[in-house]
Amino acid sequence: MDHIFFFYFAAVIATTSVLVVALRNPVYSALALLIMFFHVAGLYVTLHAEFLAAVQIVVYAGAILVLYLFVVMLLSIKSEERYHNQLPVAGLLGVMLCTEIILLLIQSRTAASAQAVPADPVTGSGNTEMVGEALYSTYLFPFEVASLILLVAMIGAIILAKKDINEQVQQ
Amino acid sequence: MEIGLRLAVSLAQIAAVMGVVMLTVMILTLAERKVLGWMQDRMGPMEVGPYGVLQPIADGLKLFFKEDIIPAGANKFLFTLAPILALVPAMIGFAVIPFGPTMTIELFGMQVKPFVISDINIGILYILAFASIGAYGIILGGWSSNSKYSLLGGLRSAAQVISYELNVGLAIVGVILLSGSLSLVKITEAQAGGFWNWFIIAMPFPQIFAFVVYVISSVAETNRVPFDLPEAESELVAGFFTEYSGMRFAFFFIAEYANMILVSCVAAALFLGGWNAPYPGTILGHLGLDALAWIENVVWFAAKVYFFLFLFFWLRATLPRLRYDQLMRFGWKVMLPIALGNIVLTAIAAYFFPR
Repeated sequence: MDHIFFFYFAAVIATTSVLVVALRNPVYSALALLIMFFHVAGLYVTLHAEFLAAVQIVVYAGAILVLYLFVVMLLSIKSEERYHNQLPVAGLLGVMLCTEIILLLIQSRTAASAQAVPADPVTGSGNTEMVGEALYSTYLFPFEVASLILLVAMIGAIILAKKDINEQVQQ
Repeated sequence: MEIGLRLAVSLAQIAAVMGVVMLTVMILTLAERKVLGWMQDRMGPMEVGPYGVLQPIADGLKLFFKEDIIPAGANKFLFTLAPILALVPAMIGFAVIPFGPTMTIELFGMQVKPFVISDINIGILYILAFASIGAYGIILGGWSSNSKYSLLGGLRSAAQVISYELNVGLAIVGVILLSGSLSLVKITEAQAGGFWNWFIIAMPFPQIFAFVVYVISSVAETNRVPFDLPEAESELVAGFFTEYSGMRFAFFFIAEYANMILVSCVAAALFLGGWNAPYPGTILGHLGLDALAWIENVVWFAAKVYFFLFLFFWLRATLPRLRYDQLMRFGWKVMLPIALGNIVLTAIAAYFFPR
């Protein structure tokens, strides 16, 4: 049963990921991305990470992708042709990445397949609490660094916006 | 066999909840026009049936038989998809709302919770997630119509929903801090035992500010007056659904009212104690009729939800529409700091005075 769900989600994620970059209409690309986010969330649910699944949809599908659509609609592009002549470069990179993945898979199958991660579904206190505890104890430093980076990005955005207004006032 | 039976029971529950929601939507369309009428010293609809009570049926039939027009130059696929994308998330959120007391009954040898379809441990996040998906219907509907008014409505909606969703999420955090759970069932249970335990006034830190932020932001999120800029009829004809007609228009219309009911249910469950009566226990329970106590609880829940729905009408009859820059300034410079401050103060209070 779990395998059926995994292969369904994985197949849809792979297909829609390709569609995101392959479709000519940017709005369709955004929709394919939306479907992909949902299936990634579904994958999280099969791993008993409900909190992560909900956050995935709230943040990526609910906020970030809406902003993408906002920009796409504002520019009102019917179809984008500029970025469709990168096939040689993209093909080269794709082949390299694929060989890398295949090599890694072969290696892991021969050497490290014994060290399978023990299946440890978070039960009892619920995985929201577990995520919180892990973030604020074990991974406190990376967490704070990530917040700092976001803060810098925010201040940067504010400065960029402010500069514009000052120039307008001077004119 | 076991799975089939469970599926059948779940489907029956879903059908019952959908039925109640659709019925409430029908009542609301009439109630809104009646309440607005009375507030403006008019009668409201009076023609169909006694005192116009059959008006929703007439409206429904009219929309059902109207011609379905797809404008030339519209993107047919997205034009069809958008109303569905608007309606489904509005309906799906009701799956985690507890309508009545937590109890399990034996049905065909299975444990069934009659008053909540699915008690998942991330209930409130689930509602937030699907509420944010509802914006896609509006945005894509506006874009695919290939009309300037629709596009402007869709753009306004995108910016507005992002801004106010943030405030909704942050306003809820205070309640989650106090109750220590994301499940709406557990949040409601934590408020049992009288109105002084409701999170709007509960010690250690009353969530009254969060409540105000939540109510205002949810009005904005459902695109209702005074935040109905995506469909501002005096500026954009009808905003994002200008080009829609017939059943597709009805889908948007039902989605808006279903969203109103959903945010009212969440507000009742989070801040006003959900199905808990404002006094300890239930009167029917004290009289020894424990088997019927759930009726009282469900009635209290309905009363709280209808109070919020009345508030929506009240606001519509009272307030003029905000200007767009006022809307943004209010959302980011007033509501957001209040919601953030509430989280900090609630966290400090919850740390020093754990419940």
